[in-house]
Amino acid sequence: MSPKIKEVDGRELYTGNQEMTGSSMLIQALARENVDVIFGYPGGAILPTYDEIYRTGIRHILARHEQGAIHAAEGYARISGKPGVCVVTSGPGATNVITGIADAMIDSLPLVVITGQVATTVIGTDAFQEADIIGVTMPITKHNYQVREVDELPRIIKEAFHIATTGRPGPVLIDLPKDVSTASGFFNYDQPLDLPGYQPTIVPNKLQIKKLADAVTNAKKPVVLAGAGVLHAGGSAEFLEYIEQQQIPVANTLLGLGSFPGTHPLSLGMAGMHGTYTANMALHEADLLISIGARFDDRVTGALQHFAPNAKVAHIDIDPAEIGKNIETAIPVVGDAKEALSMLIAENGTPSHCDKWKQQIADWKSEFPLWYKEDGESLKPQRLIEMIYEETNGDAIVTTDVGQHQMWAAQFYKFDQPNRWVTSGGLGTMGFGFPSAIGAQFAEPEKQVVAVLGDAGFQMTAQEMSILQELNLPVKIILVNNAALGMVRQWQELFYDERYSNSLFPIQPDFIKMAEAYNIKGWKVDDPKEMQTALKEALEYDGPVLMDCRVTKDENVYPMIAPGKGHHEMEGIKP
Amino acid sequence: MKRTIIATVNNTSGVMNRITGLFARRHFNIESITVGMTENPAISRMTFVINVDDERGLDQVIKQLYKQVDVLKVRDITDEAIVARELALIKIVAAPQNRGEISALVEPFRASIVDVGRESITLQVTGDQQKVEALIDLVKPYGIKELARTGITAFKRGTKKSVFDGPKYSIIN
Repeated sequence: MSPKIKEVDGRELYTGNQEMTGSSMLIQALARENVDVIFGYPGGAILPTYDEIYRTGIRHILARHEQGAIHAAEGYARISGKPGVCVVTSGPGATNVITGIADAMIDSLPLVVITGQVATTVIGTDAFQEADIIGVTMPITKHNYQVREVDELPRIIKEAFHIATTGRPGPVLIDLPKDVSTASGFFNYDQPLDLPGYQPTIVPNKLQIKKLADAVTNAKKPVVLAGAGVLHAGGSAEFLEYIEQQQIPVANTLLGLGSFPGTHPLSLGMAGMHGTYTANMALHEADLLISIGARFDDRVTGALQHFAPNAKVAHIDIDPAEIGKNIETAIPVVGDAKEALSMLIAENGTPSHCDKWKQQIADWKSEFPLWYKEDGESLKPQRLIEMIYEETNGDAIVTTDVGQHQMWAAQFYKFDQPNRWVTSGGLGTMGFGFPSAIGAQFAEPEKQVVAVLGDAGFQMTAQEMSILQELNLPVKIILVNNAALGMVRQWQELFYDERYSNSLFPIQPDFIKMAEAYNIKGWKVDDPKEMQTALKEALEYDGPVLMDCRVTKDENVYPMIAPGKGHHEMEGIKP
Repeated sequence: MKRTIIATVNNTSGVMNRITGLFARRHFNIESITVGMTENPAISRMTFVINVDDERGLDQVIKQLYKQVDVLKVRDITDEAIVARELALIKIVAAPQNRGEISALVEPFRASIVDVGRESITLQVTGDQQKVEALIDLVKPYGIKELARTGITAFKRGTKKSVFDGPKYSIIN
């Protein structure tokens, strides 16, 4: 049979049965899946695949550490909605992406991770650069495969993309032994999927939707808690329409920010440990709580025994295992958030009469907004975020690590649009913010991407400045520099009698010189009066930028629900 | 509460590892687990006996099992008409003069003597858990040298009406 080659978008695609090597199959399959960028790092066991990357010219971004590659793939996935693809070698290459895989698993990001593996003939002999990555990643992937025969490869890749992107998205890993990637087999990518054990429910049960609509009608104090599931489903437009139809106040989880406009009158802001007083009190007093695409994480609920004590809970989730996992649920709705919202809009139930409730919420909002105290001397980190918000017109893609700067960004950057916010929520990964900004910039080359980072987290993946230098990628790095592991320092201050064990940095690198080493323009700012001008200049600069912003060193994130406390026991609210 | 759950799974390498790993990391308590091929060699059947606190815990076990791509069907068959069996090998101390007595003792259990040593004999018994436990209790006074149990394997009965409502343990069973 002669190979039929057709050209699609400048790519050569084989159709029908064509004999080729495993690594050719892989690159062909990636082309068939419309993968336009791979993040990775080469090494011994993956060499045949890198040879194929060289030969075909498929776009590959070379990170300087595999962790950088995997977080970039995550940022790309979060913003583009497409699967992030990461290719690394066996052994240490594979183990270096574990943090990113775990991060993508807990935050439901679609990834296809391809790891090289030693040849099948030596697997199990502790060969050079051998690691049992299938065993290691079993609990942190949605599914994983080790390819044993080259003929299985097309099916496995097709299944991997399908599993990663459908249902509740997640990472899928393919372990590719070196001899399989050089063996020849027949490539046929047109066989239908056969996955009887994987049939996610997309369209919810109509009766449950009706029940939910009736519950809204009868509620006196309804509130919606919206998470990233709304964003993954691409359901923000339907969500806004449903909320305006039903007039229900909306609290967001950390990862759900942007699924509903942050400046909308019905927005309560973020709920949880460092959420707004209004969002938390609304959850505490609600008689109907509708969770959409959120999983009742402990940072959202606080102590479970105090959580939403009066509420009947309705839970819309594409993953049935999330329903009833942490919270007793009265109205379970299994399905895609966008589908569920469309059905709820069509149901057009009578909105609840809850004017008193909305008045109560408005009172909380005006009486206890998010706040901070200016001292007239130091640069307040909260003010810094507000300035970034102002100077980017609230339309930048913002990425963060984990910790204080993350909470301030979540509190003070009002996300009005979906897909502008990339943060490590469930796993809380330091070193995530900078490489994920690189991935986000590849997903949206024309958009302003701002990496808001802590000085500690940045140092975990700072080597990826090489990518900015190499490609003149206009990512703006803004260090919220308090010379400390801010959130650790805050907990030590509050709960460990100010014993600051290993959380303060007596010595820091000169971040500007560091940036200059990569030919990246740097600004150092510690005077609040100069901040806005410098920020404006940096954001307008054509190319990558690092701003070292020296903020108040002992600033804490408030308000706060202390561990073991409930939503009604917030501390540090506006006096 | 103790529940018997059966699952059909793809007979692929590592599938047992996936399931036991899931049970371990979610702190589900497994009492026994058995696995074997079915009439279709591409599919295996697993039988778990698990201990859960409440209905919600049980619900989680079933839902988490279903999340595995290699898991095809999961069923809690505790309250259904089922055939549930396990096999036990029991090596007991048995001086020659006791052997006749032991042989008579285990006869109603349809246990068989599958090995005889100078100082011991090995019994094999098949049946539901209660029966196996009853036999173990019975021979305990002779001194158990070694004991191996397979754990329960089970499936639903062909007809539903055959629910046997009498005492669970019976010597005819």
